[in-house]
Amino acid sequence: MSFYLVQFLSGLATAATLFLVSSGLTIVFGVTRIVNFAHGSFYMLGAYLGWTLVERWGTTPLGFWGGVAAASLAVGLLGALMEVGLLRRLYRSPELFQLLATFGVVLVVQDAASWIWGAEDLLGRRAPGLKGSIDILDQPFPLYDLVLIGLGPLVLGLLWLLFNRTRWGTLVRAATQDRDMASALGVDPARLFTGVLFLGSALAGLGGALQVPREAVNLHMDMAIVVEAFVVVVVGGMGSLTGAFVASLLIGQLQAFGILVFPQITLVLVFLFMAVVLVIRPYGLLGRAEDAPPTAASPGPPLIPSIGPARWVPALLLALLAAVPLVAGDYALIVLTEVVILALLAASLHLLIGLGGLVSFGHAAYFGLGAYGAALLVKHLAAPMPLALAAAPLVAGLGALAAGWFCVRRSGLYFAMLTLAFAQIVWSVTFQWYGVTGGDNGVLGVWPPDWAAGKAAYYWLTLALAGGALLLLRRAAFAPFGYTLRAGRDSALRAESVGIDVRRHQWLSFALAGSAAGLAGGLYAFSKGSVFPTLMAVPVSVDALVMVLMGGIQTLSGPVVGAALFHLLETEAMSLTDWWRLVLGAVILVLVLAFPKGVAGFARDLWTRGRDT
Amino acid sequence: MTGQSLLAVRGLQAWYGRAHILTGVDLAVGRGEVVALMGRNGAGKTTAMKAIMGLLDRRAGSVAFDGRDVSALPPHRIARLGLGYVPEDRRVFTDLTVEENLEVGRQPPRDGAPHWTPDRLYALFPNLAEMRGRRGGRMSGGEQQMLTLARTLMGNPSLLLLDEPSEGLAPRIVQQMADALRALKAEGLSILLSEQNLAFAAAVADRASVIEKGRIRFEGPMRALLEDEAVRRVYLAL
Repeated sequence: MSFYLVQFLSGLATAATLFLVSSGLTIVFGVTRIVNFAHGSFYMLGAYLGWTLVERWGTTPLGFWGGVAAASLAVGLLGALMEVGLLRRLYRSPELFQLLATFGVVLVVQDAASWIWGAEDLLGRRAPGLKGSIDILDQPFPLYDLVLIGLGPLVLGLLWLLFNRTRWGTLVRAATQDRDMASALGVDPARLFTGVLFLGSALAGLGGALQVPREAVNLHMDMAIVVEAFVVVVVGGMGSLTGAFVASLLIGQLQAFGILVFPQITLVLVFLFMAVVLVIRPYGLLGRAEDAPPTAASPGPPLIPSIGPARWVPALLLALLAAVPLVAGDYALIVLTEVVILALLAASLHLLIGLGGLVSFGHAAYFGLGAYGAALLVKHLAAPMPLALAAAPLVAGLGALAAGWFCVRRSGLYFAMLTLAFAQIVWSVTFQWYGVTGGDNGVLGVWPPDWAAGKAAYYWLTLALAGGALLLLRRAAFAPFGYTLRAGRDSALRAESVGIDVRRHQWLSFALAGSAAGLAGGLYAFSKGSVFPTLMAVPVSVDALVMVLMGGIQTLSGPVVGAALFHLLETEAMSLTDWWRLVLGAVILVLVLAFPKGVAGFARDLWTRGRDT
Repeated sequence: MTGQSLLAVRGLQAWYGRAHILTGVDLAVGRGEVVALMGRNGAGKTTAMKAIMGLLDRRAGSVAFDGRDVSALPPHRIARLGLGYVPEDRRVFTDLTVEENLEVGRQPPRDGAPHWTPDRLYALFPNLAEMRGRRGGRMSGGEQQMLTLARTLMGNPSLLLLDEPSEGLAPRIVQQMADALRALKAEGLSILLSEQNLAFAAAVADRASVIEKGRIRFEGPMRALLEDEAVRRVYLAL
């Protein structure tokens, strides 16, 4: 009995941290409508800064708590700086660009933290005066965790007062609902948003700094927490503070007790829980329909098939690419093979985002399913490569058909989070099902047969298969299917009123995109000779998203250009410097600020402008 | 008139995306004057109001308020100069209470413009006084319209841009609205209101400008519009 009580209490302590971080995220989202990936980075920075300050001052209680507070304030200032220097320039850009920009910040912060604090885990000092534990029904429980448990409701209360009893809070709530109207009443939204970013980031920083006595500070804290915080925010209902609080409590308990019942799959439990909540309560526990984000992709000008000389660009490019092995060496061919595979991955995601208006945060799942589908056939059934490559899109397509059935029932960020949930579930199963998948040892020895083993041969094979798939995707975009998808994206209501079953087309496009990603995954498996669970982890999904956004979502060539740009940049930066994340992040930030329509969109604008005049 | 106009709009153009909505609008509102901007649905009334207020991304032409060029200022700066905007679609903050809605509109007192407090507004709109703690989303259309107007008045404007104040309101509420506007005029407030309802406009306005296809087609005293059947038939009749 007492054991369960202690377990319950430690669940509450986890919930407190989770609430601090997710309250900041939900506030920032509520006001700015920005999906702020950098929120996890602010949490990590809070932990690192907290560690440094607590090392220096933390011998006394005053020094310790002063250090925590200072770390939180410093992180808050960084958040405000990000708003002024970056986000403010992007409020008129498509919403996804803001997401891309915050992802650039994530990369920069990762390398900055690694440069300042090193890659080693840092163990922090414990809080003076709270080092011990007290006995609760004969079970020891850390005093510090008891303090954290009290902190959660305290912060909730303070935030409630701030938002409901101050003029600033009233203005923030007003601007959250109708930014333009608030500004027509004399409220400067930009200043308000700077304040909101300060507050939200300071809360993330506070959550991070408070973790210092509980766990080692490391460079992986950012992504882990931001995914969890998104789950909390979505389960609680976007923009609802009380909802975030309730969701934190539930998820804290789920983790505390889930680890007893299913020690291996706590992560899956959390995502399963989110999926169930979203199926039963579409806008989260305490969210309401009007708080739901609008569909993420802005329509933009309609796609038109290229006419004139531009029509021949894809064929010309394909011919050029096919000729490359005549001049290039093995290394260049390996990189180019990867580029072609990633172009297919990005283009398949673009089918969802650009045509369907469906932003997936979990597209890596289908890339991974394709790769594992092929690799496991080879490993367990000794299947030949052509069969394995044919199975890859099938396996991934079936997976997408199953997941898509749930996902397309929701839209906007809720759709994104459901796709993320399924990706995490697939990832966890792959990671933990040692008997079949080999767990994190992966599957090795997935090589092409002799006739395709040469770098040039495999490159041509990839080019033929991926190029063919790309042409099919392009064909779909200009077929009635593509028009239907775009109609559903631009106005689901109007599309339905002329008799289109929008949801069914979205479901089909999800399956189609999934199987195209699966083919890319299968090709990837044979190009590397091995597959690992990281293929379907969050970073791959994010990479795919970045490729699509870098290229620009409003053109079909965008994802291809974006994939090439991203992968070449990444490979180049990695080979030149250890600080490739910093370089890549900085490049993303510059690109976002300089080309708010994406690179391909910018080039097309130049092209049409040149022809108009 | 232009010399001492409180609001002087010259050659105002505006676009929604690529659609060119206003092709050249000239308007003037003198101090203490009520001007009705008349026109059919889609003629450009709302767009003109939004463009004056700085709420459209793309506009051209000049807007002078109180002798100062405001055509490049963001909406909040324009509002703080004393230009109050009341949108047609009653954009009350539905999550906020009546009192909180008023608080959002509050600006410091301004020389040469009536000074409003919640209590004075509750006296002007007795309905609102009875529901201070009610959320905007739980009010009737007429109550929301009153609240939107009261909220803008909290900014102590010297000129009010009122977009279709009578639209979709019950006749009794329309009457209350007309009474309120006359009371505001008596306070010395200048008003530019857009209207389709000729009777309503005639009851409150001194002058009228008629807009059609993004351009002003008629400009003159309200009485002249009432007597000019040709203009009414061509530009206003449905």
